[in-house]
Order: sequence, then C-alpha cells, then structure tokens
Amino acid sequence: MSDEKLLEVTDLKKYFPVSAGVFGRHVADVKAVDGVSFTVRKGETLGLVGESGSGKTTIGRLVLKLLPATSGTIRFEGRDISDISARQTRTLRRRMQIIFQDPYGSLNPRMTIGEIVSEPLAIHGIAKGKARQERTVELLRMVGLQSSHLNRYPNEFSGGQRQRVGIARALAVEPQFIVCDEPVSALDVSIQAQVLNLLEDLRERLGLTYLFISHDLSVVRHISTRVAVLYLGKIFEVADRSALYEHPLHPYTQALLAAIPVPNPEMQSTQKRVLLSGDVPTAMAPPSGCRFHPRCPFAFERCSVEEPAMRDVGGGHMVACHAVENGTIQ
Amino acid sequence: MALLEVRNLRTTFKTEDGVVTAVNGLSFSLDAGQTLGIVGESGSGKSVTSLSIMRLIDRPGRIESGEIFFDGRDLLKLRDEEMRHVRGHRIAMIFQDPMTSLNPVLTIGEQIAEVVRLHLGRNHREARDTAIEMLRKVRIPSPEKRVDDYPHQFSGGMRQRAMIAMALSCNPQLLIADEPTTALDVTIQAQVLELMNELQRETGAAIILITHDLGVVAETCKDVLVMYGGNMVEYGSAQQIFAEPRMPYTQGLLASLPRLDAPANARLTPIPGQPPNLHRMPPGCAFAPRCSYRLERCDQIVPVTDLGHGHLARCWRCTENLQAAGAAR
Repeated sequence: MSDEKLLEVTDLKKYFPVSAGVFGRHVADVKAVDGVSFTVRKGETLGLVGESGSGKTTIGRLVLKLLPATSGTIRFEGRDISDISARQTRTLRRRMQIIFQDPYGSLNPRMTIGEIVSEPLAIHGIAKGKARQERTVELLRMVGLQSSHLNRYPNEFSGGQRQRVGIARALAVEPQFIVCDEPVSALDVSIQAQVLNLLEDLRERLGLTYLFISHDLSVVRHISTRVAVLYLGKIFEVADRSALYEHPLHPYTQALLAAIPVPNPEMQSTQKRVLLSGDVPTAMAPPSGCRFHPRCPFAFERCSVEEPAMRDVGGGHMVACHAVENGTIQ
Repeated sequence: MALLEVRNLRTTFKTEDGVVTAVNGLSFSLDAGQTLGIVGESGSGKSVTSLSIMRLIDRPGRIESGEIFFDGRDLLKLRDEEMRHVRGHRIAMIFQDPMTSLNPVLTIGEQIAEVVRLHLGRNHREARDTAIEMLRKVRIPSPEKRVDDYPHQFSGGMRQRAMIAMALSCNPQLLIADEPTTALDVTIQAQVLELMNELQRETGAAIILITHDLGVVAETCKDVLVMYGGNMVEYGSAQQIFAEPRMPYTQGLLASLPRLDAPANARLTPIPGQPPNLHRMPPGCAFAPRCSYRLERCDQIVPVTDLGHGHLARCWRCTENLQAAGAAR
C-alpha cells in the first residue's frame, strides 16, 4: 500500500429535501450525509460501517457521482470531480465502479449473463466482436464462473453466483477503485466467505482499491485495512483496523462492538455488555451538539451544545468526541 | 414429558416444476422452559418448520405426514377452531419483519388488546390495561401514551418489542421467534435479545429461536439444532455445537464466519459449492455434494448417530476427528 491518496472527500454533504402540503412546500431536510471527510489510499480497503440511516450508502453513491452532492469536494486521482460534466462522469466510470448489495435486483432478468458482463465493454467501446467475447469469458473465469454460463439468465443462478456476475460486470472496465455496497449482506454465511475471499484475491491480483460499505462489523474487520465509523451522517472515528477494534475510543464504536453477538457461548458469560438505550434519532432533526449525546453514557453539558471536531489522537487514529478529549475515555 | 415433540415432519410445496420437500422427516423435542436455536441457511427448512408447528402452512404447501405433539396433543389432529385457541394463546410467534406483521390501520394497543380479549376473555377496559402493562414490560417509554400510536409511529426496534408484548400477553408456554432481530441494527438487536432473555427467565416460556446468525444463537440459546436441506444434521448444547461440532456442515459454517474472536487477517474457509436445489435433492445426505469427507455410502439415507450427552449428528463420520484429518491432508 502506498501513501498516495486515490480518493479524498472533504466536508461532503447531501441533504434530501422534504416537502409537504399541496404546493410541495420545502419544510425540512433529511441530512443523510452531514459534513464528512475521509481519504482512501491507493491499494487499501476502507471499511465504512454504520447502522441504518447513518448515510453509508449515500456516501458511496456520492463518490461515484450517482447522486449529486449538496456541497463539499471529492477528489479522485488528484482531480476535483465535484462539478464535472455528464460526459466526463462517463469516462470516470471506467476508473470507478460499484458492486451492489442485492444480487437479485441489480441484474436485468431479461439479459443473459454474457450480455450483462459484456455491456460495459460495449458502452465504453473497449472491445468488439471476438475480442469482446473472449474478454467476457475471461471475466467470468476471474470470478469463478465458466464460459458455459454465458447464455444463461440470472434466475438460473443462486445468490452467490449472481453476486459473482455483479463483480465481473464491475471489473469489465478495469477500474482502479470499487465501491462495494454491502456486497455480502444478502448472502448465506457459507457463501459469504466465498465472495469475501474472491474480493480479497481480486484486490491483490488487480491492485484494486475498495470502499467497503457494511453494517456488519465482523465482515468489515475481516476485509478492511482502515475503518471509518458513521453515525447519522457524521464520521465519529477513523483508524487502522487493529486500532479501531482493539482500542476503540468513541463511546459509539465501543457500544457497537459490544453489541455484536459472538458465536462462542463461553465468551458470553464473561463478556460485559454496554447496552445502548434508545433508538437512532431522525436525520431530519439530529440532536444538537454531538448527535450521539442523548444515547451516550459519557455525555456531559458540553456534548449537547458543541459539536466535537475530528482530532488525531496519534498514528492517524481520528476521533470526534469531547469525552476522549477530556481524557474521560482512554 | 416434553412440551413439544415433532416426529417425522414432512412438509411439501407444489410448484410449477414439481413437488419440493421443504422439511423432510424432521424429529426433535423441546422441554418446558428450554431455549432452542434452529440454525440454517436459506432453504434449509427452518421457517417452514415453525410455520408447520403453528399450522400456518397454506396451499400450495401441505404437511404430508408426521406428528406434532404439544402438551400431549397432536396439533395436526386438532380441529381448526381448537388450533385457533392454541395459536396466540399457548404458542405465540414473532416474525422477522415487524412492519408487515402488524396491522397498519389499528393502534398498537388495539392489536395487543384484541389478543387478550380473544384468548383470555377480558373486557375492553381490562384488555387495554393489559396492553399498557405489556408495553411497559417490553420497555416502551410512556406506554399509557404510546398505546394509542399506530405502527408507523414506532421505530423498528419498538415495533419488534410491541410484537414481543403481543406474543407474551397471554403467557404462552412456547414462543417461536423467526429471525426476530434480523431486520434490526446491532445496537437495537442487542436490546431486543436482552429483553427476550429477561422475559424468558421471568415467564419460563420455552423458546424456539430461528435464525441464520450463529452469534445470536450462542447468546440466547442453551441448545442448538442445525438444519440443512430440510432436515436436522446436528443437535446439541450450544457448548457442543460451537466447541466440538461433529457434522462437517456445522464445522464448515463455523470456519466460514469472519469473527471478532479470531485473528483479523485469518483467511476464511468457505464451504465450496452452492446450497442444495430443492428440486434436485441428493438421494442421501443433502450436504454430500459439498462435503470434503464424503464416502460412497453418503449417497444413501444417513441415520442419526447419538454421540452421548444429548449430542446428535446425521453423519457417517461424526465419530472421527475430521478436523484433524482435514488439517493433515
């Protein structure tokens, strides 16, 4: 892994307007992503974890320009891509791709596997005729499928195989960077491992960089080199994998880790649970100050008034929390 | 005597491509107050098992054969109205998706009260009080106000807690929870599991927890039944299943999990192949095509081996030390 920044996101925001009444008056905003900054270095896998409503999927879409951002800048390979034209966006898609969560909904049921995987080759004018056919077969082999699958339809495949098709399609344009949006969440456990191993092998072989979005902390720990924890549209903590999982600093990260059920009955009795009370508040009106303060066991007055800034506590371990700053949590 | 005893349950579904057998000769029993986790992947038959116990299998599905003894009576022989009395009163069920299993046009309170009125014959006033009491028990804040809310006014975690309140309102002897926390975020899941554990201790109800999540089972269940391809492949205490699994499928499942108690960069060992296609089930052990320890006789019907201390496995080689044999190869 190099220190070269492949993707640099600064103060990214995405507000979805909410309208009401007969005239569609604009009454509020859902602040899905509310000022997020992070970088992805070339060759690494940045895990983006968060619960529902944290904005993790929206960030993936913003980075890929599938959704326009409300504000903020996105730099990819050193170039500002925040305001590029539709045409430039299309060229950009040759460099960055996405793998979707739902292997059932993301493949056109009326297209054969061969058509699905070769479509990007046609759109971007990468290969024609026989060359296209050969490249398609090569892509299928790369993800563990066979040339005999070319003329079959998605409904003949299981979830894991469909996800492989989705991966082959993403790889067709030889991208540098892939956003993996919950790529294994819809799969059975025994199949999950197959797809995770495949993603790791491909990253190594093709020198890919991943932004890996997931709600599953065990999966993220397994595949990521660095991890960012999101809550209600804000990043709370970013650190190298080992630092984040072994020395989580933010109270939310700690609670999140403690909440994961571990498949080991012996660990249960000794494990001390930090149970969070309450639900995630709405992103339409996030709490004042630190948006986690109503659920935080360490909250004090300052937390409800002032939003904590991201601070480097050493070795690139970034955390946004007043209690950490005060030394309450070490 | 066991509270629930399922014998040779066989449930099939008619499809365009022929009849598929979702549950194929399943037998197990459950004692009063026991917590049993049924684990399996999609298509293993775990949900169909629970629906069969509740007799909620509808056409094109059919319970072909078998017996389901609950408290001494065969549920499959009860008349429909007798079964209605059992359902919701003696056996209650919680489903995965609390949004679709609650009626959106009735308030939460009305829905809980309906169960209580129907099964316990309470009047309107009493039923409403019970509803408030139950909501308090599942820790819905200010239950006397929230009782008049509609399901959409509740968050996902609250809805699932309301479902639990409804399920427990008649003090059932058996609670079947089908993936009760799958749709919830981890922090909310932790709250709901904690609540279920607590209520179980308090009421002494037996619980069948159906899930694909081995972590959830380890946290909540004393005993575990592993299903694959429509039948039980292993049964034992959580200790036995997680520490000394004997069936290659269970071993494979545990090895393929990314887990927080393992080294972070350890490579996962997936189970090769795909889950069985119910239309083309292997003749013998359903797992044989994916199994690295397969023998010729695995293609014939495999009996259950009793390994002692209540540990059962459906595998010819369950008495061998397969993991060591696999490592040596």
